[in-house]
Amino acid sequence: MSPHDHHHHDHGEPGLGEHHHIHSKLPSDPALRVKALESLLTEKGLVDPATIDAWVETYESKIGPRIGARVVARAWVDSEFKRRLLADATKTLDEIDLLGNQGQHMVAVENTPQLHNMVVCTLCSCYPLPLLGLPPSWYKSAPYRSRVVIDPRGVLKEFGVELPAETKIRVWDSTAEVRYLVVPQRPNGSDGMSEEQLAALVTRDSMIGTGLVSLT
Amino acid sequence: MSQPDAAPKACADAALQPIRRADGEPLFAEPWEAQVLALAVALQQAGAYTAQEWAEALGAAIRRAQAAGDPDDGSTYYQHVLSALERLVQEKRIASADLLAARKAAWVDAYEHTPHGKPVELRRA
Repeated sequence: MSPHDHHHHDHGEPGLGEHHHIHSKLPSDPALRVKALESLLTEKGLVDPATIDAWVETYESKIGPRIGARVVARAWVDSEFKRRLLADATKTLDEIDLLGNQGQHMVAVENTPQLHNMVVCTLCSCYPLPLLGLPPSWYKSAPYRSRVVIDPRGVLKEFGVELPAETKIRVWDSTAEVRYLVVPQRPNGSDGMSEEQLAALVTRDSMIGTGLVSLT
Repeated sequence: MSQPDAAPKACADAALQPIRRADGEPLFAEPWEAQVLALAVALQQAGAYTAQEWAEALGAAIRRAQAAGDPDDGSTYYQHVLSALERLVQEKRIASADLLAARKAAWVDAYEHTPHGKPVELRRA
């Protein structure tokens, strides 16, 4: 059990915070059998979770986070789309047929010079799969899940991100029913770029809030 | 019921490749599908079994499923990967069926007894 308490925790907008019982749903039978195998094989030193993740990431690179990146790029170039995305991401993503129909409530949160958003699922690894592909291993790891809530700035530093001291950080806790997409800040110097060029810049980590988007 | 002339879908070099689905369909329907494939690859690379042994185990799993009425249309492919891996792990005496079942039960217990806001973790004995 984690010794940490989570009282700093910002659970986001009122009305979305109905977290009770949401996690009582068990993973599917095969998912549990895979967890059993992975944990046993890891203990026996036969597999390294990081290697497993590297493979999974390779598999997923075909779809990966590209859909999320397209959404972000569109929000950067189309202010009306961004307004609707931030107001009601579920409905807006549904309209443009980007969200796999998983019945989840999507919330998009915008990073600004004043506010940096980060996403976690403290309990397991709830993640906006249709937008971002499979979650990376660190997202599922206990250290990230517990530490991002207590010391988000320290976690960001480990990802190579240092924010100005005056930038506030808000951490959003995902659930089986509510998933978050971070709309990162558009990089300086990207003014002349097309939507496609912009989408290519948007990284998975920037949409979880553990990275920034840069031109390189 | 066996079909000796029905070639198993897996051959030695295709056995560890992810399935390419029709355009626009996701490579994997659920995360565990990618994870089980990655586990199978990693165990083979660790020398726990050979590519040939893996291909045979996967082929056997697919034939068992077919015999039990599985549609075998690709939608259940990763179920077969999982069955093959579980069986091979037992045959290689890496983990017994009892151990696998006990570990799965421990994960069920962990999910059912973890309140929201706490990470789901196995309780160490």
